[in-house]
Amino acid sequence: MAVKLVFLGKLADLAGGPERDVAGPLDWDGLLAALPPQVAAQVQGQKVKLALDGALVADKAALAAPDGSEIALLPPVSGG
Amino acid sequence: MAIHVHLVDQPFNPGALLGPFTNAHPGYGGLASFIGAVRGDDDVRALELLHYEKMTRPGMEALAEEAAHRFELLGLLVMHRHGVMEPGEPIVMVAACAQHRRGAIAAVDYCMDHLKSDSWFWKRELRADGWHWIEPRDQDHSDLARWSK
Repeated sequence: MAVKLVFLGKLADLAGGPERDVAGPLDWDGLLAALPPQVAAQVQGQKVKLALDGALVADKAALAAPDGSEIALLPPVSGG
Repeated sequence: MAIHVHLVDQPFNPGALLGPFTNAHPGYGGLASFIGAVRGDDDVRALELLHYEKMTRPGMEALAEEAAHRFELLGLLVMHRHGVMEPGEPIVMVAACAQHRRGAIAAVDYCMDHLKSDSWFWKRELRADGWHWIEPRDQDHSDLARWSK
């Protein structure tokens, strides 16, 4: 099993693709370690939000993603 | 009261949707609609809207429920494209019908402000020199703030 990372918007460009599987479970430090440095720097900023299985994570530092879950990395939206 | 939310990856014809939507609500007092399309000016050759399936559609459905309740609508239609679109293609359509005009007009305005700046979409434009991500605009956020006064 693994944790699926989903990169939205320009984070997909920085990450080199829209998705990546990494070994789980994953906490905040584990996530940062699993990301390319440029993406990790972005995710540490306030503008990028995280969702775990489709639900926004209120406190990124408290992330606890079990095996088989999906973490989305969400930059500011610019839609519609 | 009927709420219809669609997120599609193919072109749609707003006119063909409006007729059946109107017919489905006999006895309404006012109906308002808005259509947003890819502008034909600038240097933009194509526009791509990306979404996140686990959140974009549920977010649109929650927005539609909120608007329908807030403005006491009889019916609400929200149609949104994702994927690559060319100038002239419709991106979004919102149609609302209510007992009176103000509710219908306000509901469309409310939905559009929230779709523009509070929904899970990411946009990029293809210009002569390649793709450019579009950053959020301050105007979008001030438009959104009108509704929380």
